[in-house]
This record gives sequence, C-alpha cells and structure tokens, in this order.
Amino acid sequence: MLLGPSLFVSAVLFTLGVAGVLLRRNAIVIFMCVELMLNAVNLTFIALAQTLGVAGQVFVFFVMAVAAAEAAVGLAIILAIYRHRRTVNVDNINLLKG
Amino acid sequence: MPATLIMFWMFAGVAVVSAVLCITRTSPVASALWLVVTLFQIAALFVMLDAQFLAVLQVLVYAGAIMVLFLFVIMLLNLGRLSVSDIKGPVGLAVAAFLAGALGLQLFIVARTAPPADVSLPPGALAAVERAEGMVAAVARPLFGAYLVPFEITSVLLLAAIVGAVVLAKRHI
Repeated sequence: MLLGPSLFVSAVLFTLGVAGVLLRRNAIVIFMCVELMLNAVNLTFIALAQTLGVAGQVFVFFVMAVAAAEAAVGLAIILAIYRHRRTVNVDNINLLKG
Repeated sequence: MPATLIMFWMFAGVAVVSAVLCITRTSPVASALWLVVTLFQIAALFVMLDAQFLAVLQVLVYAGAIMVLFLFVIMLLNLGRLSVSDIKGPVGLAVAAFLAGALGLQLFIVARTAPPADVSLPPGALAAVERAEGMVAAVARPLFGAYLVPFEITSVLLLAAIVGAVVLAKRHI
C-alpha cells in the first residue's frame, strides 16, 4: 500500500540530494548531500523489501556500513585538504599535485 | 484516506521540507542539523515500512555517529559562520535545476512501474514475519546465511577505513 508513495518520496529526496551536490561549493555540504542520496536509496530498498523479500533490508545494512566508512575517509580527506589549502571551497581545490 | 497514509505523508513532508532547507542554508552547521531532521523522518518511514531494526540503526549510525562526525569536522575547521554564501549563482542554479529536474523526471517514470507480480510476496507478508519472530531475527537470518561473505568483507572494509582515516588526518606520518 505504501510502495508507490515511498518510491515517490525517495525519488524526491534523491533529486534534492543531486541538486544540492550541483548547487553547493562547500565540500562538507556536498558530502552531506551525498549522504542524503544514500538515504533516499535506502528508502527505496526498504519499500521494495515489503514486496520482494527481506533481502532488501540486508542490503540497507551494507549501505549503512559503506556510508560510515565513506564518511570517515571522506572527512579525513577534507581535513587534510583544509590543512594544506586553508579552504574547503571546491572551486579553489583544482590541483592534483600538492 | 487511511490513518497510516496520513502519518506517512506527514513524515515524508517534513523529510522533504528539511531536505530543501538542508541544501539551501548557508551555514554548514544549519545544513547538518536539518539533515539530522531528515534522517529522523526517514527512520520513522522505515518503521512504517516494517523495518524496525534498520530504523533503530538509522538513528544510531546515521543521526548519531555519522552526523556527529560531520559536526565535529565543521567545528574543527571553524566553518560555522561563513562570510560569503557558497551557493552558486544564477547560471549554476539553472544548470542544477535542469539536471536535477531531468533526473527527477526519469526517477518518477521508473517509480511508476510496479515490481513483477510473479516474484512479489502477498501484501502483509513482511508484517506477518515481524509478528512471528521479530524483524531482528528476520534480517539476521539472511545476513548470517546467504550474505555471510559480504558481511565479513564489510568488517575488513571498516578496518581499512579506520586505518585510512587515521593516516589521512594525521599531520605527520
């Protein structure tokens, strides 16, 4: 019964996450928008787990573990870049070499 | 409209509104706190979709651990009060609106297609499982059975992430 509305809400949240990634320059906020997109996908998994079996919920578990690892490494990278360049604005971070 | 659906749209509405506020607030701290609101609403939606265990995990891991990590880094870098907005100008706004709109349109079209009927469970099947043995047991059985190898690989991934984060964030190796 809630499948259609859930997929709709999840599509809206994913779109907002993409809009945020395209709209912002602050690397940390871009990162938070990526988390929003991951959550929208989790909502899709759980909505479809109602009709396609509980394996969808297991996948959400894995997505959460990968998201935690990604957040830790990503924030460490942002921290290292800030120490080096004194900015987290992605327009100013444009060189691969240090 | 049944009461469940009204509750669902209440939680979904707050989730969408706070997601919009998250991507439009200039201050990174405000953005992070609005994202926490969104994550809590999504946890409520998880409960309504028979995923109680993952709703608890969502609050503990996402709203608890990951967002605290974000706030910690924002405050460590002293980004709480920015003098200039980091939101892109009219051209960037138009490009973002166009691309996100196109993607959203595609997602809505995909979301309208129903899952194939021959693999679908009968309605209320997951709720029956939840009443019979609880959602923790229902999720744990495939997790430690069919998905045991990915589960073990996840632990290696987390270990690699811990070591990587420490090495990257350290001043001098």
